[in-house]
Amino acid sequence: MGERLELLQGTLDLMVLQTLAGMGPLHGYGIARRIEQVSGEAVLLNQGTIYASLVRLQQRGWISAEWGVSDNGRRAKFYAITRSGRVQLARDTDYWRRLSDVMGRMLAVAPLAVEREGKK
Amino acid sequence: MRIDSLRRAWNRVLAVFRRAPLDADLDDEIAFHIETAIKENVRRGMAPEEAERQALVRFGSVAHAMEEHREARALPALDALAQDLRFTLRTLRRDRAFAGVVTLVLALGIGANVAVFSVVNTILLRRLPFHEPERLVWMATNGGKGGLSDQTYTVAAFEEFQRHNRSFEAVTAYQTFFSSVQYKLVGKGAPLPVAGIEVAENFLPALGVQPALGRLFTSAECHKGSRAVALLSHAFWERQFGGDPAIVGKTLTIDAAPADITGPVTVVGVLPASFDFGSVFSPGMQVDFYVPAYMDFWRTWGNTLAVVGRLKPGVSLAQAQSEADLLFPQLRAAHREWFSDYKSTLFPLQAHVSGKLRRSLFVLWCAVGLILLIVCINVSNLLLARALSRGKEFAMRAALGAGRGRLVRQSLTESLVLSLAGAALGLVFAWAITFFLARQNQMVLPLLSTVRVDAAALGWTALIAIAVAALFGIAPAIRVSGGNLQEVLKDGGPGMSHGRRHERVRSALVVAEVALACVLVVGAGLLLRSFARLLDVDLGFQPAHVAAIPIELDDSGDRLKRGPVLQEILDHIRAIPGIEAAGMTDMLPLDRNRSWGFVARENLRDRKPHGAFVYVVTPGYLETMGMRLVAGRDISWRDQSDTEPVAVINEAAARREWPGQDPVGRLAYIAGRVPWRIIGVIKDVRESSLEEQASVQMYLPLTQADPEGTELVVRTRLPISSIEPVVLGALRRLNPGQPRTQFRPIQQIVDHAVSPRRFLMVLVTCFAVFGLLLASIGIYGVISYSVSRQSQEIGIRMALGATAGRVQLGVVVQTFRLTAIGIGIGCAAAFAVARAIAPLLFGTEPADPLIFTAMAALLGAVALLAGQIPARRAALIDPAAVLRG
Repeated sequence: MGERLELLQGTLDLMVLQTLAGMGPLHGYGIARRIEQVSGEAVLLNQGTIYASLVRLQQRGWISAEWGVSDNGRRAKFYAITRSGRVQLARDTDYWRRLSDVMGRMLAVAPLAVEREGKK
Repeated sequence: MRIDSLRRAWNRVLAVFRRAPLDADLDDEIAFHIETAIKENVRRGMAPEEAERQALVRFGSVAHAMEEHREARALPALDALAQDLRFTLRTLRRDRAFAGVVTLVLALGIGANVAVFSVVNTILLRRLPFHEPERLVWMATNGGKGGLSDQTYTVAAFEEFQRHNRSFEAVTAYQTFFSSVQYKLVGKGAPLPVAGIEVAENFLPALGVQPALGRLFTSAECHKGSRAVALLSHAFWERQFGGDPAIVGKTLTIDAAPADITGPVTVVGVLPASFDFGSVFSPGMQVDFYVPAYMDFWRTWGNTLAVVGRLKPGVSLAQAQSEADLLFPQLRAAHREWFSDYKSTLFPLQAHVSGKLRRSLFVLWCAVGLILLIVCINVSNLLLARALSRGKEFAMRAALGAGRGRLVRQSLTESLVLSLAGAALGLVFAWAITFFLARQNQMVLPLLSTVRVDAAALGWTALIAIAVAALFGIAPAIRVSGGNLQEVLKDGGPGMSHGRRHERVRSALVVAEVALACVLVVGAGLLLRSFARLLDVDLGFQPAHVAAIPIELDDSGDRLKRGPVLQEILDHIRAIPGIEAAGMTDMLPLDRNRSWGFVARENLRDRKPHGAFVYVVTPGYLETMGMRLVAGRDISWRDQSDTEPVAVINEAAARREWPGQDPVGRLAYIAGRVPWRIIGVIKDVRESSLEEQASVQMYLPLTQADPEGTELVVRTRLPISSIEPVVLGALRRLNPGQPRTQFRPIQQIVDHAVSPRRFLMVLVTCFAVFGLLLASIGIYGVISYSVSRQSQEIGIRMALGATAGRVQLGVVVQTFRLTAIGIGIGCAAAFAVARAIAPLLFGTEPADPLIFTAMAALLGAVALLAGQIPARRAALIDPAAVLRG
């Protein structure tokens, strides 16, 4: 396993939305584990950080929270994506796709540019 | 902004106030998280300890997660403020006595400030309660000086100016000699005296006053011979008619002597409560109703109209003034018969109303500002003492990671909370004071009845609360942040450098406090002495045991009949047991006045008659008032309408017309062609104010000149209330139309005249006493802190042989040093201040050495007394106990 990735501002929120959209209601631990699994343990995540993200999304109305009972019979808070959360997810997904597309192309041409500069 | 951002902002604000439940929720969630993680790790085959360690590592710092959560969900700045507030309230609750004292001191300071602000705002700053009041102009002849007759206009002069000027949108007037017409409301029971004002047709429209009910006067109603109409004042309408809206159109029977409005008067409207003629134009007067001034009636009466103008939009006062300067000489040239040139001075109406009070109120404002400064210093000192005793607490919190900024913010929050509490309580005080002031109708201050704590005063309160918090909070805040951590944690023992530096700061504050108190005390002393001097003035009459009551003279204007009628009334009154003397006059000194031309016959060739105050009196009036004859004789009953006209004059009149000669037996021209014989001279009587020297006065027999109303004056040692029904009974037997009037003690008129000065003096003295008290508390605080800090040193000195007396003396000397420096600086400042208030002083030099010495001694004595308590405590220190401890 190489060096773990630091999360960019806002990416964690998108990951949480995506996770909830795919998995249905989950508690904080479940979300954190799911992100770690999907990323192949490549993301540097202090699991505690997830809670700030959750409250942020909840305050925007993109996810909802409800106390329920977990598989092991304990009281836990379950989060679910809302309708406006799905809209936001679609918007953000689109944005990230375009951004990574552009970044990919930019990074593909960059070394040539440097070479040309060097030859002058 | 997008809707979800708005929702988030709102949720963040809400979260600030739901800190505890949200934190509890998060705690539960985190506990569940870690527990679940451990279980999963164990299931994957880890040993329990390793499972827990791994779970915690993966989670990261719990504290950090919580902090992040809080920051994300709420407003960190507001959150910190809420936390500071909670903490402040908790610490203050623990220190109830301290918080109580500080709040009370602040409340007194702020309350006094808000109350004075309300008065200043009402009289000086707030616009007059009229439409666009800045365009209203007061016009006065004679530079606005002298008696009423000197400043007012004839109907002709008023009408000519009204017709020819170009500067004014409206020129209007009211009849100033309103007390000369005695109105009585006739109906059930005895006739009720009521106060009416005669106003020009355009008076109310020019001021922009709209009736609350009905309508204003029509043009047709303002001419002699038309149907009599009246507008009621709001207060009278409520008092007399219970606010009956059906009053409009009804008729009242009003009897007016000697004017020609008698009989049924139709009420055409009621004026709004906001229009109070008295408070603006005649402080202390309550107007019941308004009637049109019939210009044709007043045309022959000389100067009777007070003139007010409304400038056209865009015309400046200076432009109007220069037009008046041009216009009046032209008018005068066109009217040879005018007896004055009506050279006019124009004032903004606001300046006319507040004019003489401007300086007094400014001084009052400064005095109350000084008080606030003293309060700030005092509270600052108290907080410093507290900060010192909490030094270790702050150092501990700093050591535990509280940033310096956070500590300062905490300290300032505490100051702000205290100051806001003080302001809240202060508002209650201010409200009570203004409530009391607004009901003082014995005080001749314009607009006083409308003084109240309004929105502006609330704004002012908020402003000073914040300013005050910043002022007194700054020193403790610096103290909190500036301390070297280690030093503070070590310090607290005696004799450390930090303690000494701290004491120096507090000493400097106390010196400043004493200096400010000194300025206040000296200022109050000067005003008190002025007031005492004023009360010592020889008025020229004896107000004690004399009272006057307005009466109706039933002589149908026939001077021949008047003599016997007057004599009969006075005979009956003098026969009442307890009445020592009685007489009549039309006007009383320090009350209303009017003037006529007056010139010695031998001076007539050289110059025109000058004005002189005229009083129309009966024999016995001078004696009843205690006016002293210095030459010649009093008026007697033998001076009748068919005998030679005679006059008594005052010394000022003798000096003006016959300097260095005996005026008795000389002839003078008084408003007419027949010369009057001077028969006596009296001591000068102060007629306009206690401060001003008497002007030229003359006293004419009621049988030979026409009065402006009539007052019966009696001298009695019995209480007025017991005499009143007897006198009224006698008067009513002689004249059934005698209205139900009341006696006015002459002393009350004198009190009235000095009431603005008394108002200023009483308030400044209160502030000075308060300042003195605060300064002594300040001294007490600093000295007793110093004693407790040095108790070990003192103990050692006593163990080495210093006597208790010596120790006590040491503390007294320390007190004396602080006080002396404060008084020294204070006296220098007071000297400058005294020169600034010199125009408000009377018979007192601004640098009056007696006052400076006495006040400095008073301040010194109070300060030493305050220092005495800790000095005594120092002397009682037990060396053995200290050395053992």
